Amino acid sequence: MTQLRAGRPDRLGCVLVSPNPQPAVEVSGLVKRYGSKTAVDGLDLVQQPGTVLALLGPNGAGKTTTVEICEGFRSADDGSVRVLGLPAGTEALRPRIGVMPQGGGGYPGIRAEEMLNLVAACAKNPHDPKWLIDVLGLGGAVRTPYKRLSGGQQQRLSLACALIGRPELVFLDEPTAGMDPQARRLVWDLVAALKDDGVTVLLTTHLMDEAESLADDVVIIDEGRVVAQGSPAELTANRPDDQQLRFRARPGLDTTLLSAALPEGLKVREVTRGAYVVEGLIDPQVVSTVTSWCAQQGVLAEELTVAKRSLEDVFLELTGRELRS
Amino acid sequence: MTTFAPGTFTPAPGRGSLPRMLFVHARTEAMLTLRNGEQILLTVIIPLALLIALSLMSVIPMPEPRVGSATARIFALAIISSAFTGQAIALGFDRRYGVLKRLSASALPRWLLVAGRVCGALVVVALQIALLAVTALFLGWRFPLGGLPWVVLLIVLGTLTFGALGVLLGGSLRADVVLALANIIWFVLLMVGGVALSVPVGFVHLLPSAALAQALETSVVHGTAPGVGPVAVLVAWGVVAGALATRTTRLT
Repeated sequence: MTQLRAGRPDRLGCVLVSPNPQPAVEVSGLVKRYGSKTAVDGLDLVQQPGTVLALLGPNGAGKTTTVEICEGFRSADDGSVRVLGLPAGTEALRPRIGVMPQGGGGYPGIRAEEMLNLVAACAKNPHDPKWLIDVLGLGGAVRTPYKRLSGGQQQRLSLACALIGRPELVFLDEPTAGMDPQARRLVWDLVAALKDDGVTVLLTTHLMDEAESLADDVVIIDEGRVVAQGSPAELTANRPDDQQLRFRARPGLDTTLLSAALPEGLKVREVTRGAYVVEGLIDPQVVSTVTSWCAQQGVLAEELTVAKRSLEDVFLELTGRELRS
Repeated sequence: MTTFAPGTFTPAPGRGSLPRMLFVHARTEAMLTLRNGEQILLTVIIPLALLIALSLMSVIPMPEPRVGSATARIFALAIISSAFTGQAIALGFDRRYGVLKRLSASALPRWLLVAGRVCGALVVVALQIALLAVTALFLGWRFPLGGLPWVVLLIVLGTLTFGALGVLLGGSLRADVVLALANIIWFVLLMVGGVALSVPVGFVHLLPSAALAQALETSVVHGTAPGVGPVAVLVAWGVVAGALATRTTRLT
């Protein structure tokens, strides 16, 4: 298919406007193997410019491999990856993208501002390194060598390095790993500001609230394949009767008795010790049944909430509950 | 909540100017080396102490004038310390701390990543040699000025060859393994690799350490061009190590 770009005249002199702008990131049929292990297994992904996309998945799902192929650090075994319209890894892409590798990176003996000055020297119109150091709250650690910074501080410096060159597209690989809640909020505010200013952001995470609050689109991957994608709202509310009533009470209540009292088709489960959930169409009658049944048992139903499925429920449903090695 | 004025992050990407990138990268490399205490011990303190000891004490037999010969050999040692051992260890730990990956992700071209390290290493070697030369002059060294171009050439060639060997070692193994090996090899080359004294064993002349020491001795003591043999040995080691290093060096 011929990709037509907005504003470019064709041979006849007309200006053709393509219905879809060129995607910022376009991955199709991506395959990557490490020896006998297939890390990415036919992955497809399209991200429109100016959006925030979260790659969500358990450890070892293939998130970092996918992102590193987009960044040009690894080559694909099969499939195609285009970034800002160019094949991934093209030298001309590097000034246009900002990269925050997993776990950061810096000379062991370098100070934050020296590291940022070095990366700033690689850019044509860099932000003021001092300003960015202050924004990221690293002002108190200006004389600390990189190897003595905490994990969260190293992550913040790495984020500063990703943003300093005013990129069009940023890749953030687990940007809030190792950060305290304050720093995490700051990163979220930064991502929101980037998006408002038209920067495309592709991030990986395994934090549901991060994906839910930041991303326009969430792509859930597991074992190298896309298992679900859509906006957080689409992913969590795909069926009208897909609601949950959650409450906490004494552990070990007889759930079969309560299930029998509930309307046809509804069942109560004890998901973790003392945490109960009823799934299905929750109406006022169901809430009343649950509370009065609890009252008969002489227990108080605490933290009773009615909500749609959380992204975490969707995620665990799709990727299973067992621990990954 | 932290708020940012609209337009703060409006994209304006582009690559910085190449000379400035090279300058800042080389300056950073040199500054980090000079700030590192262990590196200074290896590259400055030990060669300086050995220069004084070799010049003033006659424990090791050495051709007269002693101080000239000692200066040439300690120049060779200083280059090996800095370009090989220092570079290998620094690279090993830089990889562990992810700096190569970090810089590869910026707009810094790959060739500049190498060029910046080379320039940084040359700056450090120049400072070492200047310090050692001044000390040697105080110890009574008389430098035949005709040898200056040759000495400069050999210092650059030695730095490149041992730098390539340092990258070969530091670019592929784990940092702690690199640390151990780079120090052991340094010590072996110093003692029996034709650096501290010439070893009259055939294959030792084929080592880059012996070649560098011998070539420097010719130019530093006699002020004449080094022999073709030692220069060829140095070039051969440099080319082979460089070619291998481009295949084996990993970013992390």
